[in-house]
Amino acid sequence: MTEISIATKMSDTRQTARIGVYVCRCGLNIAKTVDCKKVAEDISGTDDVIVSKDITYACSEPGQMEIQEDILEHGLDRVVVASCSPRLHEPTFRRMMLKAGLNPYLLEMANLREQCSWVHIHEPEAATQKAEDLVKMSVARVRLLSPLTEQVLPMIKKTLVIGAGVAGIQAALDLADNGYEVFLVEKNPSVGGTMAQLDKTFPTMDCSI
Amino acid sequence: MADAGRHPDIKLHTMSEVVSVKGYVGNFEVKLVKRARYVLEKECTACGECAKVCPVVFPDEFNVGLSSRKAVYIPFPQAVPSSYLINMDECMGRGCSKCLDSCDKKCINFHASDEEITVKVGSIVVATGLEPYDPRPMDEYGYTRFENVVTSLEFERIVNAGGPTKGSLIRPKDRKRPKSVGFIQCVGSRSKRKGGEYCSNICCMNTIKGTLVLKEHYPDIEIKVFYIDIRAFGKGFEDLYNRSRSLGVQYLRGLPGSVEELPDGTMRVAVENIATGRIEFHDLEMLVLAIGMKPSSGTQKLQEMLGLQLTPDGFYLEAHPKLQPVDAATRGIFYAGCAEGPKDIKESVTQGSAAAARAIRLMHKGTISSEPITSEVIADHCKSCGICAEVCPYNAITVDVKKKTPAIVNTAACAGCGTCAAECKFGAIVMNHFTDEQIVSQINTLLAEKAQDKILTFACNWCSYAGADYAGVSRLQYPANVRIIRTMCSGRVDEKFIWHAFEKGAPVVLVSGCHIGDCHYIDANRWTEKRVEKIRRKMEKRGIRPERLQLEWISAAEGIRFAKVMEKMEELRRSVSAEEIAETLKILKEKSLKEKQGG
Repeated sequence: MTEISIATKMSDTRQTARIGVYVCRCGLNIAKTVDCKKVAEDISGTDDVIVSKDITYACSEPGQMEIQEDILEHGLDRVVVASCSPRLHEPTFRRMMLKAGLNPYLLEMANLREQCSWVHIHEPEAATQKAEDLVKMSVARVRLLSPLTEQVLPMIKKTLVIGAGVAGIQAALDLADNGYEVFLVEKNPSVGGTMAQLDKTFPTMDCSI
Repeated sequence: MADAGRHPDIKLHTMSEVVSVKGYVGNFEVKLVKRARYVLEKECTACGECAKVCPVVFPDEFNVGLSSRKAVYIPFPQAVPSSYLINMDECMGRGCSKCLDSCDKKCINFHASDEEITVKVGSIVVATGLEPYDPRPMDEYGYTRFENVVTSLEFERIVNAGGPTKGSLIRPKDRKRPKSVGFIQCVGSRSKRKGGEYCSNICCMNTIKGTLVLKEHYPDIEIKVFYIDIRAFGKGFEDLYNRSRSLGVQYLRGLPGSVEELPDGTMRVAVENIATGRIEFHDLEMLVLAIGMKPSSGTQKLQEMLGLQLTPDGFYLEAHPKLQPVDAATRGIFYAGCAEGPKDIKESVTQGSAAAARAIRLMHKGTISSEPITSEVIADHCKSCGICAEVCPYNAITVDVKKKTPAIVNTAACAGCGTCAAECKFGAIVMNHFTDEQIVSQINTLLAEKAQDKILTFACNWCSYAGADYAGVSRLQYPANVRIIRTMCSGRVDEKFIWHAFEKGAPVVLVSGCHIGDCHYIDANRWTEKRVEKIRRKMEKRGIRPERLQLEWISAAEGIRFAKVMEKMEELRRSVSAEEIAETLKILKEKSLKEKQGG
């Protein structure tokens, strides 16, 4: 096997991780196809995994509370949430990590809903096997994650609105009325867009301008 | 409209277009080009003396060519800004100069030139609107052949009190008032052949409104509407539909097959009435085509400038269809109105307000925290070769190749695609949160058992991974042995990840990302393309079947395509035998031994 040259920071000296794994049933969205209990049980023997359980709705208030309590009780330092797409709920669980006093970047999500239960509806065994693989991959990854800190950058409190039809005008007025400077850009010689060409618009049958 | 022109906090730039966008959320630098108006916008009182003397006559765009205007003109009486302009392509220039002499305020300036304006903003609202469908390809309705066939927009101007006929209904061919009018629905909408496959959303109600306007002015007029479905789904819409029917407007289910003109200018419409199952002929003195809407023409250019995504229909794709309906996937950019999809005035206004609220929510703190997913240079390993700076789409890395000083990353400018880390040959760049170690650990885990059965897929966060999500939301079924590793950009997929996967017994590897031109990181995926080509050449040289490494572009809206690609990958995986995998392992082992001895 070739040794691959891996870029590693010298400062990365990790102690043993204490990982919590939460397999979300998402009501029945995941649990109908994936055997969530089995996944949680099979993972529980993995190195560094301190807690592994299935949970009804990880994203709900009680779900998040349960994870937070575990973090405190078991001194967890990394969390894997196996639920839906990180594109949906990663921000939710990152906030939860912060609340529990952990760095939000020590979270990893396995996508069991969009990638297992919904796309392998008729293959519960294969979907469960895949779910286990995805969770194992997440555990391997979360173990190696480093805490990261967000950078705070200045925000210019001005907006560019491209297009001065009815939507652009409305957006520009709302922003400006709230005290934000707006640049309203229109390629035609007048604002108004298509709306300006209409008289008596539905459903009120009055003039649109 | 007028409010937008006089609000002290709105700086209005008409006749202007965005030509370039740099920067990122909180700090965009946008270049605009403002075309010359040749009339001083602030001085002009819109008295109209100039237009009176102008000898050049052209069709009036605002009235869709149904009336004329001069080369110096105001688009319409209530225009904002209330100023005339000269179309220099039409103007006879210095030789004429009549307008110059007629203007008391001396607001006309033939020497004006286009202006370049740079603005700095924290957020952007994209409200580029729509373009009406051009019905000329749909010639079975005779739009190009018969004068008495008009589009709904032309009809709109004809019945508009401010329009060329002052609101009185006349048909174009003989200026007579038609006694009967037919409306044909779904022109350029819901068609696989012409126009869009989508419903344009407004045409049913627009037609119903048209019938009410006609019935109000001419109670005896005969009106027939040919339709597939009447979609009166909004608040108060069904009422209007019922009112229209109770006034005697006939609604006939079935779209006409052909239209003929009779000698007196009457249109003969042949239609299969779905209710009776019979072919019927209807003679109508005027026909209105309810044309659908298309995305505005500049959509694609702006999409490339801002790094946005489009749906297959060509409208902008929102970050999430239900939960983030006005957000773009790019932070700090929001959509309003028909730019995002066909919608009526009420919905456009609602979305305009929503976009404003989302932008305010982002800006109100005055600061923004940026994701720390950026790259970092390990100075000790850096050989100052400069490749990282070359591949960075954001010019966020500086290296002095001559002085041999290590590369420096400007983290504020780094967007986190990871292309630099993938291209660095010396392991001198760490891509935070997507480090080599982290990704290799995922590869190792997924190939630890039954590697020969697995389909390893690298998917970029913005397009392919989102495409997989879309397949999920759409409940599209695909082979269950697919395992996805997410990276922010396909540009992150390092050559060594691929070799490592094959060494671990992967039968096939798929690298997937945004389509070329749609990359969330400007053009980082071009490096993905080059890299994959290079690896495949190496595979061939080493006697490994290059097809086992695949590259596919899958957008966030292409759930169906994602599922199809997975089927194809499974077919490919089946073609890779255990012997072939063993042979690959042998080849790679020998190679690594040789390298070790050589080294």
